[in-house]
Amino acid sequence: MTGNDLPGALAGIRVVELAGEASAYAGLLLAGMGAEVIVVEPPDGHHTRGFEPFLHDEPDPERSLWWWHYNASKLGVALDLGDEDDRDRFCSLVATADVVLESERPGRLGDLGIDHDTLRADHPELIWVSLTPFGRSGPRSQEESIDLTVLAGGGPVWSCGYDDHAIPPQRGGGNQGYQTGSVFAVLSAQTALLARDHTGQGQFVDVSMHAAANVTTEFGSVQWLVAGDEVQRQTGRHAAIEPTTFTRALSADGIDVNTGFPPRSARDFAVVVEWMESLGLKDQFEEFFFLEMGAQLEEDLHLSQVGQDPEVTAMFGAAREAVRFISENITAYEFFIGAQERGLAVGIIYSPEEVLADPHFQERGFPVEVEHEDLGRTFTYLGAPYIAPKSPYRIRHRAPHLGEHNSIIEALA
Amino acid sequence: MKSEALSHIRVCDFTGQLAGAGATRWMAAFGAEIIRIEDPVRLGKWDVLRGTSPFVDERRGHEFGGCFNNHNVEKLGVTLNLRTERGKELLAEIIAVSDAVTENFAAGVLERLGFGYDRLKEIKPDILYVSNCGFGHIGPYRKYKTWGPIVQACCGLTFTSGLPDMPSAGWGYSYMDHHGGNFMAMAIMAGLIHRSRTGEGQWIDMSCTDAGATMLGPVALDHTVNGRPLRRDGMPYSNRSQFPAMAPHGIYEADGHDAWLALAARDDRDWQAIAGLLGINDQRFDDLAGRLAYEDELDDAVRTWSSGRDRFKAAAELQAVGVAAAGVAKPEDRIDNDPNTEAWGLWPTVTHGEMGRVRVDGIPAHFSETDWVLERGGPLLGQHNRQILGGLLGHSETELADLAAEGVI
Repeated sequence: MTGNDLPGALAGIRVVELAGEASAYAGLLLAGMGAEVIVVEPPDGHHTRGFEPFLHDEPDPERSLWWWHYNASKLGVALDLGDEDDRDRFCSLVATADVVLESERPGRLGDLGIDHDTLRADHPELIWVSLTPFGRSGPRSQEESIDLTVLAGGGPVWSCGYDDHAIPPQRGGGNQGYQTGSVFAVLSAQTALLARDHTGQGQFVDVSMHAAANVTTEFGSVQWLVAGDEVQRQTGRHAAIEPTTFTRALSADGIDVNTGFPPRSARDFAVVVEWMESLGLKDQFEEFFFLEMGAQLEEDLHLSQVGQDPEVTAMFGAAREAVRFISENITAYEFFIGAQERGLAVGIIYSPEEVLADPHFQERGFPVEVEHEDLGRTFTYLGAPYIAPKSPYRIRHRAPHLGEHNSIIEALA
Repeated sequence: MKSEALSHIRVCDFTGQLAGAGATRWMAAFGAEIIRIEDPVRLGKWDVLRGTSPFVDERRGHEFGGCFNNHNVEKLGVTLNLRTERGKELLAEIIAVSDAVTENFAAGVLERLGFGYDRLKEIKPDILYVSNCGFGHIGPYRKYKTWGPIVQACCGLTFTSGLPDMPSAGWGYSYMDHHGGNFMAMAIMAGLIHRSRTGEGQWIDMSCTDAGATMLGPVALDHTVNGRPLRRDGMPYSNRSQFPAMAPHGIYEADGHDAWLALAARDDRDWQAIAGLLGINDQRFDDLAGRLAYEDELDDAVRTWSSGRDRFKAAAELQAVGVAAAGVAKPEDRIDNDPNTEAWGLWPTVTHGEMGRVRVDGIPAHFSETDWVLERGGPLLGQHNRQILGGLLGHSETELADLAAEGVI
């Protein structure tokens, strides 16, 4: 259904991105949507070209898989912003852009005379999106910051970890502090583009990673804002005011699953009864009687009665244990498919590489092959966050070599 | 007062929870007219958050859900009973004057209500339709049910959070409900930009698990290119830094109940500053290779210093020598006691028709010309029936009274 040659939604939009660790994901998403994203890096290469992992573990500025992933679909030029002539070239490039995306330390571009304040007069239609740890002018705007401290100081870490609070709270993987900021930078660029459609004006957008983390904690913030309650972290489930029961189980093949919410309706109890019988597990589960009782319910169990009404408590507990018991006797994938095909919402805890091997993601075309003609082969990349048949999101080509598209600059001279 | 940014956009919105409502929340903050369609018979409770905690006081019911208010600020609320022909006609009238139709029902629900994409196109040929569910509308799992933790499990995010030889710690909240909503907003605005350029609508099929999986790039390529899975001995170890390698890089015990300090050395200069401040003199730690080889010992040395110190004072001492550090913020720390979130205006107070004045999440971006505005709380059930059905569609007061009497609105 997707025409592979169709332009993306942002076709015709030029984005000039100053290479940055935090903003790279924003540039990737905009490029995936079809914008022409030109990433500007220093003549000796941006420092993220030195990030692991490397192709076959051989460090080289052209072999960083970090660079490959985050800069796919972009064009690349090299400019030394410390050099006056190159700054002029940068300004000429910006003059051709719809959007500038940068994550420079507040003040740096102003000191160089190439910030939005300096350039706006000549380019009133220009949209400038700045992504910084604390915003450009807040009281903490000059603090040192990395992904870890964004997530620790911004709220997410407080809610993540283990029941045992002697274990430090955990920072989820994948530089999600940077990426959360980047997601909001993309929404900002799109919003400013739509605004420009009818106002004719560009503008400056100040995106804060600290603020982004703060408003991406669900109950962590809302419980405090609304009721003044502080949530407490729990192993593998929502941080909460009162402890909740387990949702994690270890399947027969050693893979963890999320057992979801226990059955409460007669239909769901009946499903568990049928599933246990079909697996031949009925006789090994002592509380089977309570499952059969649940299958006769005329209305759903009310959570408020759990712990109050002994029969409700027994049925609810039996259902939860039954789902766990099933999961421990079959593989994680059998459990996931078996439950979901029966209408029970459970999950398999995949490692990232396992997602790419899953038939659903394959059928959606999520893993995509990207040609590296320089290496004479293709590699599998992560694909699109959504399927848009008329304006497809896609990985357009491999990340640029250092200075690969300098001809763009030369053409401006 | 409203933001002008998206004031030219109108959305017929069926989203709920956070994974859907979050999408149109962003757009409402920037001035889009978001018309939230709810079922008067079930009191709008297909979105369970209408009636669930947290609550501002002892009152309960479908007008008192704290999360519902938070996720639906600045939206309009219209009730339509879609079991009735008249309800369907009114919905068609709203769609006919909308730019987009948005929903995050389970796959197929809107179709069963009689408003699948083909019908939407009949009503308005250039309509943008964005659906959002856990596994999308295409693929073998399209009927599977999810919520945040299930999405996070199936897209790889849960696995990335935790310690070696321990179960996954995962995300202690629905991280992918936030980003499900954010990516949905991205899809909606991409579709609107495409439509403004080409005049063409489309059906965009958004899948939360696809969106989540895009957030784990380098680790995925390490497998597809180098054949190295994340599921291996010693991994994940999420408080340590994987890409790029850094040490120390962690969350360390501080003084006080459940108090923690995050700090990292990005390079040797940072390390020298840390070592100087902490009084660590150990040649094994002089370069990154040594610090990685002896990371457990290094962490012990950092902990010896941190464990007796206040997390915020320790972070300030580290910041003073140019090192990235932060106390792990509890909700009160960052909401009531952080000068930066206050200066940002990150916790605006909105006015809700029943709850009164309530603080909500703000927006983490400030626009120089068309900044966001959050003043109005989430809509009461049917609060804007007169404004939309009367003002926008032109139905008379008499008609509205009849519709109410007939149970249509």
